[in-house]
Amino acid sequence: MKLPIYMDYHATTPMDPRVFEAMAPYFTEWFGNAASRNHAFGWKAEEAVETARKQIAGLIGANPKEIIFTSGATESNNLAIKGVAEMYAEKGNHIITAATEHKAVLDTCKRLEKHGCRVTYLPVKADGLIDLDMLREAITDKTILISIMYANNEIGVLQPIAEIGRIARERGVLFHTDAVQAAGKVPLDVNRDNIDLASVTAHKMYGPKGVGALYVRRKNPRVQLTAQMDGGGHERGMRSGTLNVPGIVGFGAAAAICQREMPEESARIRRLRDKLKDRLLSELDEVYINGSLEHRLPNNLNISFAYVEGESLLMGINDVAVSSGSACTSATLEPSYVLKALGAGDDLAHSSIRFGLGRFNTEEEVDYVAEKVISVVRKLRELSPLYEMVKEGVDLAKVQWSAH
Amino acid sequence: MAYSDKVLDHYNNPRNVGSLDKSDPNVGTGMVGAPECGDVMKLQLKVNPATGIIEDAKFKTFGCGSAIASSSLATEWIKGRTVDEALQIKNTDIVNELSLPPVKIHCSVLAEDAIKAAIADYKKKQPAAEPQPVAQEA
Repeated sequence: MKLPIYMDYHATTPMDPRVFEAMAPYFTEWFGNAASRNHAFGWKAEEAVETARKQIAGLIGANPKEIIFTSGATESNNLAIKGVAEMYAEKGNHIITAATEHKAVLDTCKRLEKHGCRVTYLPVKADGLIDLDMLREAITDKTILISIMYANNEIGVLQPIAEIGRIARERGVLFHTDAVQAAGKVPLDVNRDNIDLASVTAHKMYGPKGVGALYVRRKNPRVQLTAQMDGGGHERGMRSGTLNVPGIVGFGAAAAICQREMPEESARIRRLRDKLKDRLLSELDEVYINGSLEHRLPNNLNISFAYVEGESLLMGINDVAVSSGSACTSATLEPSYVLKALGAGDDLAHSSIRFGLGRFNTEEEVDYVAEKVISVVRKLRELSPLYEMVKEGVDLAKVQWSAH
Repeated sequence: MAYSDKVLDHYNNPRNVGSLDKSDPNVGTGMVGAPECGDVMKLQLKVNPATGIIEDAKFKTFGCGSAIASSSLATEWIKGRTVDEALQIKNTDIVNELSLPPVKIHCSVLAEDAIKAAIADYKKKQPAAEPQPVAQEA
């Protein structure tokens, strides 16, 4: 077993060697511009891009013509939300999203608010899921877009996408989903779920960084977007810019592998995740899983070890790459807004660790990580005045703390 | 973020972890911070009534590695000093000793506050002839 162990697959994934292999010729040998229409270099590049488009469409049940290549999911989210807001401005100016969305969605919405849009940020329930009745009530005749993520990047919870899609369709509102964490991990079907726009990215599914896509529905309804970048009119005029051919080839190869191997792979990863969870829960007390366990990605475990601060735990397991919702690990010194949105209290956010498992994790690694986490949590609890107080029967909620 | 060797050393081998008897009149207990802020330090010291010297100190800290290191270092430094000497310890001394980056300065402030709170608690327990404790800093 090699150290350090990577268990932060929500942040990014290593590239699958098969993907790397598929990309290689498109850097040096078939380097053509996919928009060059009059020579073999261009044709070869275009052909490769169209193959990738089919592969990515296949992964989400779309038509290849509905795939618009971008630089990544941040751009896809920006293009979807700003592009709809601008295109449908005459119809309405109201957007509905959720408090636990990725910053690429939230900050895009915040910017639109400065330009006359009205945005409803739906709260989430304790399990991290939105309340469908609140969604229904939030829709007005000015609502043009609902943007709700498929799976959360921190707690891995899967929103009720099919129901949201049904509500959006019934009310004639477009539905965008940030499907970055879900694509390649759980079966997606844009038609089954009435999804009109979906953001995906290659580097979360064992492809390269710097390439993503936006699914834009072409039929029933035909979704139109105002382009956010002016130029050569690539990608049906929605996204100008020379295509990143090797990146796109890699994205396609990664999508094809995910689609082919998903049933087996997700079962294997779920088993590993559950093993990790079961060991942590059975060998430690006061451990809390953040978000719904039932509606969750198979590879995610977000867990709070009460009375232990997250960054100090990361320090103790320094040969394991994971992340924490602790304020100390963030640039802003604020604990995770996603965990805060669950309403469990800031202290549990400070104590949280996100494990993201993936394709290259082994059972041996899971055993090592479980062992290590258990021993470091025990050690830090020996050091924790809070754990001591709780063991003495003190109710921490009743203590007068000196805020600082 | 990279940690300094001294922070790592205190994190890996924290000095003076534990608790002293809160009810002992010679023991002062300081508890600063709040769980929702992500750090709580408990620092205790035991003063020899004959010499006025801090002869034992213990801590427990919920917080990041720098907070643990700051409080571990604080217990190390106050041992063997008089109460008045211990009050001279400044958070900047801790910052320098541990090479704390700017985002971790609050950990050192908390450690200084913990020393002061423990001494204030100790003084409160002493007969009225003793000077009144300074107000505990929030």
